[in-house]
Amino acid sequence: MSFSIRRVGALCLRYCYLIASSWPRLLELVYWPVLNLLTWGFLQNYAMTSTNRTLFVGGALVSGLLLWEILFRGQIGFSISFLEEVWSRNLGNLLMSPLRPFEFVAALMVMSLARLAVGLTPTVILAVAYFGFDLAALGVGFVAFFALLVVTGWAVGIVVAGLILRHGLGAESLAWTIMFVFWPLCCVYYPLAVLPGWLKPFALALPPTYVFEGMRAVLSEGVLRLDYLGAALALNVLWIGAASVAFVMLLNRARDAGSLLSGGE
Amino acid sequence: MTQDATPAIEVRSLVKNYGEVRAVDGLSFAIPAGSTTALLGGNGAGKSTTIGMVMGLVLPTSGEVRVLGTDMITRRHDVLHRMNFESPYVDMPHRLTVRQNLRVFALLYGVSDVAARIAALAADLDLKDFIDRPSGKLSAGQKTRVALAKALINEPEVMLLDEPTASLDPDTADWIRSHLERYRDRKGAAILLASHNMGEVERLCDRVIMLKKGRIEDDAAPAELIRRYGRSNLEEVFLDVARGRREAAE
Repeated sequence: MSFSIRRVGALCLRYCYLIASSWPRLLELVYWPVLNLLTWGFLQNYAMTSTNRTLFVGGALVSGLLLWEILFRGQIGFSISFLEEVWSRNLGNLLMSPLRPFEFVAALMVMSLARLAVGLTPTVILAVAYFGFDLAALGVGFVAFFALLVVTGWAVGIVVAGLILRHGLGAESLAWTIMFVFWPLCCVYYPLAVLPGWLKPFALALPPTYVFEGMRAVLSEGVLRLDYLGAALALNVLWIGAASVAFVMLLNRARDAGSLLSGGE
Repeated sequence: MTQDATPAIEVRSLVKNYGEVRAVDGLSFAIPAGSTTALLGGNGAGKSTTIGMVMGLVLPTSGEVRVLGTDMITRRHDVLHRMNFESPYVDMPHRLTVRQNLRVFALLYGVSDVAARIAALAADLDLKDFIDRPSGKLSAGQKTRVALAKALINEPEVMLLDEPTASLDPDTADWIRSHLERYRDRKGAAILLASHNMGEVERLCDRVIMLKKGRIEDDAAPAELIRRYGRSNLEEVFLDVARGRREAAE
């Protein structure tokens, strides 16, 4: 039996049932991105009237925030759907069903996109209306930035899922915190030049660094840097490949250690 | 009914080590279609690990496991749609209704007419009164019936059951056992179960494999074991084996 869209759809249906049955889950998708936007958006508005405006040209702060939310929410949306199976003790049922690991991952990717759409649509509308986010200025670049950041989020989500399979809920906190390693390194709010020399190689190994540099190039120079997009794409291919290999290895380690039967702490 | 020479479940020289601990030590057995076999043993005897290896969720250190002729170590996805399982250690999503849960699993297992299959199971297992209720709001007996419905959703040829009637009142437990017997006889399914309920094993199983420290201590029909050990029921046989009173059988 090969890859089955029907099985991927079945799992997506399960997550849709869950979200539709629980208004706190639906609210959670929207409230944090909006809250974050309000905080940083008001800071930007204040800074625009009183200090160095070049930092905030073209709504760079809010644009950075929105792209950061795409990266972060892409991973969290993936990881939470996976964690729902662990929390509900349903993982054994799924692993014993004909669902293949890559179909499981595909369903988690689809749900990550669905969660992003629900969470970010009101946030983007607010950002455009009140905080100078210029979607038109980013243009087609926004679509490319979005896709590249989501794929990085998935790569991290895949590794986290593998670690939870292997180590149980003891690894759960990684789902909430691992992405913050990226925050200072991938230069969300400042250019790469700000980082000390010894840290730059780490930053340059992260696909999102090129996306945020590319965003600033669009906003300040009006140029979509294809070299940045190309570098981010190439790194993402490496990242998603490495994450898939890590997932398969962790799954096999979990089968060897018998941890799929227990699935606890 | 399937009448194939290939055993439904075949285990050969199965070994599982967890670090220095040998949980399963050279098990070999074959289970034909249309039969019910129990794995019996005390805590740590290797029952759950053995069932985990038959499901393909635990990798053996060495040995072979085949289900319906398929190697479960390397090709388990070729046969998972023909088997199913029930265990008190897994659950179904609590917020989804019974119908929603069964629909998701029917789609996962490739059931062709999902609505008809759910309707048939609802009638068969008496789920109608709570089929649109969230699964988390059911009583223990209702949850077990729903778990059994999930285990039967694809009309499996092989069923693996871990404590299928744990924490149920005698009436509900008896009802579940009757249903399992009817299903096995109608479909020719092979059932492998782990249980601590000796009455259940005596009633349901044509064969009992007694495990101790990962090895097969004895293997026979329940009545034969009782006769062999000179006891009046299977519980006494279990105690003899667990406490090492093997001489009773000799």
